[in-house]
Amino acid sequence: MDLVSNLALGFSTALSPENLAFCLIGVLLGTLIGVLPGIGATATIAMLLPITFKLEPVSSLIMLAGIYYGAQYGGSTTAILINMPGESSSAVTAIDGYQMARKGRAGAALSIAALGSFFAGTVSTFLVAIFAIPLTAIALKFGAAEYFSLMVVGLVSSIALAHGSIVKALAMVALGLLLGLVGTDIYTGTPRFTLGIREYADGLNFVAVAVGVFGIAEILRNLEGEKTRSLLMAKVSGLWPTRDDFRRMAGPVLRGTAIGSALGILPGGGAILAAFASYTVEKRVSDNPGEFGQGAIAGVAGPESANNAGAQTSFIPLLTLGIPANPVMALMVGAMIIQGIVPGPNVATEQPTLFWGIIASMWIGNLMLVVLNLPLIGLWVKLLTVPYYVLFPIIMAFCSIGVYSVNSNVYDLYAVALFGLGGYLLVKLRCEPAPLLLGFVLGPLLEENLRRAMILSRGDPTTFVTRPISAFLLALALAVLIIVFLPSVKKKREEVFQEED
Amino acid sequence: MKTLKALFGVSAALAVSLLATSALGQTYPERTITMVVPFAAGGPTDTVTRLVAESMSKDLGQQIVVENVGGAGGTLGAGRVASADPDGYTLLLHHIGMATSATLYRKLAYDTLDGFEYVGLVTDVPMTIVARKDLEPTDLKGLIDYMKANKDTVTVANAGIGAASHLCGMLLMSAMETQFVTVPYKGTGPAMTDLLGGQVDVMCDQTTNTTKQIQGGTIKAYAVTSPARLDNLPDVPTAEEAGLAGFQVGIWHGIYAPKGTPAEVTERLSKSLQVALKDPNVVARFAELGTAPSAEEEATPAALKAKLEGEIARWKPVIEAAGQYAD
Repeated sequence: MDLVSNLALGFSTALSPENLAFCLIGVLLGTLIGVLPGIGATATIAMLLPITFKLEPVSSLIMLAGIYYGAQYGGSTTAILINMPGESSSAVTAIDGYQMARKGRAGAALSIAALGSFFAGTVSTFLVAIFAIPLTAIALKFGAAEYFSLMVVGLVSSIALAHGSIVKALAMVALGLLLGLVGTDIYTGTPRFTLGIREYADGLNFVAVAVGVFGIAEILRNLEGEKTRSLLMAKVSGLWPTRDDFRRMAGPVLRGTAIGSALGILPGGGAILAAFASYTVEKRVSDNPGEFGQGAIAGVAGPESANNAGAQTSFIPLLTLGIPANPVMALMVGAMIIQGIVPGPNVATEQPTLFWGIIASMWIGNLMLVVLNLPLIGLWVKLLTVPYYVLFPIIMAFCSIGVYSVNSNVYDLYAVALFGLGGYLLVKLRCEPAPLLLGFVLGPLLEENLRRAMILSRGDPTTFVTRPISAFLLALALAVLIIVFLPSVKKKREEVFQEED
Repeated sequence: MKTLKALFGVSAALAVSLLATSALGQTYPERTITMVVPFAAGGPTDTVTRLVAESMSKDLGQQIVVENVGGAGGTLGAGRVASADPDGYTLLLHHIGMATSATLYRKLAYDTLDGFEYVGLVTDVPMTIVARKDLEPTDLKGLIDYMKANKDTVTVANAGIGAASHLCGMLLMSAMETQFVTVPYKGTGPAMTDLLGGQVDVMCDQTTNTTKQIQGGTIKAYAVTSPARLDNLPDVPTAEEAGLAGFQVGIWHGIYAPKGTPAEVTERLSKSLQVALKDPNVVARFAELGTAPSAEEEATPAALKAKLEGEIARWKPVIEAAGQYAD
């Protein structure tokens, strides 16, 4: 049995004392930077690259991978506690997680996120081990037309992200799409909406926009008056999920894991969609969709599982094709090259210890994360009792450092300030930032793939329906649209939201 | 009182900096040096920089910190260095884009030729002409005929305007005197993915990105753009042998310092670069990337200056003929 002997090789590599130590360092660092708002895995791994020169290739990659999924994990902590997502995927967790925290259930939300992530991490690690090579073939079938249709599904589903008016949600998606237009048009090289500022030539920085509309806006809102401020320090009840919570998280975790694993393997934007998609699905299948946005357990469990599963499976294109799926993976490629391993299609056969060692270490790292983080939950929750006049300046300082460290670009800080004010305005207008962020992330991908598909088909739009995968995805998008606008569903939806008001 | 204090402060600072300048030659470097890479961490240029910086650190006895200032085709990082203090503690490692951006960007925040002092050339990474693995032609001549015969359906991928693959593609079109449909991507990663998946037909990219895929048989290689065949791709002919006379292009990398950096400092850095380029570790890693360190006489200020001038002149007509600008 190949798989067993391969996994045995992997575990014997990953369980060596020094590799265990580097895995631990990686996940610890990852959790730490994930918890510090704004400081992302990309910046940290970039800063740590020089240190890895001195290590064995396997050890250094195990450590860097640990930082990556540790950060995914830690990122949800700040999203839940202070509504400050550090990575795109935890933006979704912030929607319901933060509401749970405001209701004094921060501990439960954090435990649910931790356990969901662990389950998803375990399942997807084994998926990587078993299916890495055949799954790659599917990923390669995704051309521009397929990506375009996938983005359409994502955008259509985003309507479900909003828990208020559909019109406002659509307006937010459109605003997000427009913001996504800022930057250089890759087909002609023309700068668009950059106001002549070359620092915006590559578009607005995602972390800057996210930190602004979620985090800074939330701080501004909290500063409004004594009454809302006290909410942050609300008495925390019950650190652990109840039996009922466990019952309610099982389904979302399973579905989230499946969605995350599937979308994670697509190089280019797949992983970003996973958390958003999972949230949409949970809201659709829920018996009580009105609960979403008000602290639904499924709204934390599903997306958290999806983002962690996606984080694991996004290693597949890297390990089997040598192609990075996101900026963090690109850094991994850099680290491998510096170590003398040029990633390519033959890594699995040429470097079996490395390939299987990393896979085994992912599971060990996930185990470490859950063991480390469950006891820490009490500590994180205590952070909420830190007075706002201490907490807010610290958050602002870390945000600024974190955002600046991504590109060393001071204009990103101006963007944080501007989007902080803009986000505050949106809160006042009862518009939600999550659909805006989704539009912002998906917009450039949608446009890029639409235009590329049209170039490849010589301007023939039927390419989207004659390619089977693309046609299937478009049909799916249509189905979602019909369901949303079906009179009975629409009525029920409106009733649900009216009750809330 | 306040003004007096300020004046005193300024003159003291001036005195210190004057002292520092005069002493620079003997004591440089006294502290950590920052080397700016105008591209994202993890990319091929970043890798080259980190390998060289680590080795130069040993020779200089001071740490060289690599800072990634990406964006706008490398012009943001170059602009940052052009306006930095010319004290030898801020350097730039840039590739061929330094020369092409002089034409691709009609408004730059710095003067490409006069805004910098030169340290030396680092390496010249060859390019490869590659295609999806099931494309019919078996050699470069066949590929050229095939592309000309199917000029309306053949697609040529690149990693965006100003990228190495874009430049090489433009040169290929100008050598073949035929215009093809180009498909730009955001970076080499997605472009390579689509080539592997057979979504696009042809690409011209640096060996850093293509060697492993060629060796793995996942893409087809038709030619290398270097003057001689490469050690780790011995079966791939040069473009010259395969029938494209004079088709030579490489992604050359050089180290620059802000204008006004003392000559003793750039000389010291040049010496250190020459040492680094002989470091067995650097040589071995470069070889794995399909490239070789520049020769000692090229790792000099004069050689880099001549290269930059020559390349600006070489690319200007090619870019202007394509009519695509980045701003």
